[in-house]
Amino acid sequence: MSGKTLYDKLWDSHLVKQRDDGSALIYIDRQLLHEVTSPQAFDGLRLAKRNPWRIDANLATPDHNVPTTDRSSGVDGIADPVSRIQVKTLDENCDEFGIVEFKMLDHRQGIVHVVGPEQGATLPGMTVVCGDSHTSTHGAFGALAHGIGTSEVEHVLATQCLVQKKMKNMLIRVNGSVGPGVTAKDIVLAIIGKIGTAGGTGYAVEFAGQGISDLSMEGRMTLCNMAIEAGARAGMVAVDQTTIDYVKGRTYAPKGELWEKAVAAWSDLHSDADAKFDAIVELNGADIKPQVTWGTSPEMVTSVDGTVPNPAREHDAVKKEAIERALVYMGLTPDMAITDIKLDRVFIGSCTNSRIEDLRAAAEVVKGRKVAATLKQALVVPGSGLVKAQAEQEGLDKIFVEAGLEWREPGCSMCLAMNADKLGQGEHCASTSNRNFEGRQGFGGRTHLVSPAMAAAAAIAGHFVDVREFLSGDAN
Amino acid sequence: MKAFTTLKGIVAPMDRANVDTDMIIPKQFLKSIKRTGFGKNLFDELRYLDEGQPDQDCANRPLNENFVLNQSRYQGSNILLARQNFGCGSSREHAPWALDDYGFRCVIAPSYADIFFNNCFKNGILPVILSESDVDLLFKETFATEGYQLEVRLAEQKVVTPDGKEFGFEVDAFRKHCLLNGLDDIGLTLEDADAIKAYEVSRRQEAPWLFDAIQAS
Repeated sequence: MSGKTLYDKLWDSHLVKQRDDGSALIYIDRQLLHEVTSPQAFDGLRLAKRNPWRIDANLATPDHNVPTTDRSSGVDGIADPVSRIQVKTLDENCDEFGIVEFKMLDHRQGIVHVVGPEQGATLPGMTVVCGDSHTSTHGAFGALAHGIGTSEVEHVLATQCLVQKKMKNMLIRVNGSVGPGVTAKDIVLAIIGKIGTAGGTGYAVEFAGQGISDLSMEGRMTLCNMAIEAGARAGMVAVDQTTIDYVKGRTYAPKGELWEKAVAAWSDLHSDADAKFDAIVELNGADIKPQVTWGTSPEMVTSVDGTVPNPAREHDAVKKEAIERALVYMGLTPDMAITDIKLDRVFIGSCTNSRIEDLRAAAEVVKGRKVAATLKQALVVPGSGLVKAQAEQEGLDKIFVEAGLEWREPGCSMCLAMNADKLGQGEHCASTSNRNFEGRQGFGGRTHLVSPAMAAAAAIAGHFVDVREFLSGDAN
Repeated sequence: MKAFTTLKGIVAPMDRANVDTDMIIPKQFLKSIKRTGFGKNLFDELRYLDEGQPDQDCANRPLNENFVLNQSRYQGSNILLARQNFGCGSSREHAPWALDDYGFRCVIAPSYADIFFNNCFKNGILPVILSESDVDLLFKETFATEGYQLEVRLAEQKVVTPDGKEFGFEVDAFRKHCLLNGLDDIGLTLEDADAIKAYEVSRRQEAPWLFDAIQAS
């Protein structure tokens, strides 16, 4: 018998009941809640007069609708009445049911996928769910984590379980280290470029190899965050010393004797050497360059030294049509150099890239420089109040402001523009977020996904530049 | 949940791959705290020429006449024919809510994104998977014949064309059972409450830290 994958182990340890029809009841250790996908779930509980199964397994914070500017008037100060009602509804539901919530004015408030790990609410070996597809982020801790819909949010509140069918196993291995200036964001974009946005559909993906184990926890979160953009609901990385060091001492992490016991248990959270995967994808770390998306799907990506594709050279009719449509939407011409794409705005933030390491990387690039005069706006939105405080302690906020970037309050912000931060029609944005779909960052907005360092370099240049040359002073 | 047994109706062709959930229902409409009322904003950015706002009356908005749902021949459709990787992107259940509120009870496509696929079943919508070539054929027939209708029979797991061609499809036994009977799966899971409690007792022995309460501090 072959060994088990990390996913197999996580599945087995959470199996409550295997049913005859192939479905299974899987126990959920942690649910994270935010204001957008939870109100209907709470309503459902009330309608059916059901009580939550284990209320203290939940943690909530508002993130999608919160303003990133002045918050001195609190929730009542949210200008958009519909957004305001949604944030208030989360507060009311959490108060009514007794769920711990980091409310908008709490210094720990932030994007759920930043807050959960930084509080130690996400632990190795857990099952973690949230009504948000980027819940895959938490797989960075050797956890089984994935997004769910609102009906399932209600299901977890009511039963602490989900009805699931086991997924297939995929291994994505990055052999060898990546070069300087190449980040987790570039790795995951290169992977999506290789396997496509549906390449991971039906799979739980484990990322492994030197290029992955080299990454910090922040980097691993960036990587797993975008597993969903490759179609995989869950992405994960095995537990190692980097994981343990990150978790230790966090608010909700085990302490004392329990910590020792937990660490011992976590040492098994890796795939066995003889584990069998249904699919294996390999990349060479040294081949990965800084990535930039040119189209309207994360798979429409190339290296910064590349060019926009020419649909005339695409033989697959469906792909050709998709390229043509994307180029019209993006206002780009075939074969133009990526570095010739001029930018209107820059957004550094989102659950993908708003952690302290991301902000440090961006600050390093803009330090002592000025944002291009042609840019309308460059935003830096930290992922949580604690990330913001840490950055300010390190003086990063001053570096950004002196360079001409705006330093904001934490939230999802321009990643999906549910609050006031959005692109105007036809505007190009270098964004550290996760989706370049049509209209995602604002009606008619044009998103280019990049790493924080690449976004920062683009902010200075006003167009895309290779951050590796930029840092060595070769770029003009 | 509404039961799904047999559905016969007009087919609307959404001839585009990788239709994402931002396209199905743009984010500004996610601010609603209700489950209903999303139908008028289904495919909002493709359907209208202006930028839609929540709670807006859509009756006087400028329509994109080229968009499939605005063409008179597809009015009253309840089956959406689509291309590969339909529903990719976010986990928003507002996407199936919008399809349902508009009147679609069934989607037929060669493949779906996992979370969207799952969300459909929770809302009485049947996402049928047929092969690329079968879907291609259905697109051709839909375009060729005004008022083209299909019949979808869940019990027999068949899609039937007007001239009697039959296409079989697979569906999970549990999901089929829930759909056919309109069952609320929370109620079904709670029938296993004893198994859940037993799991918690034994798991707490092995990994007590997983049961530490999230407490306010």
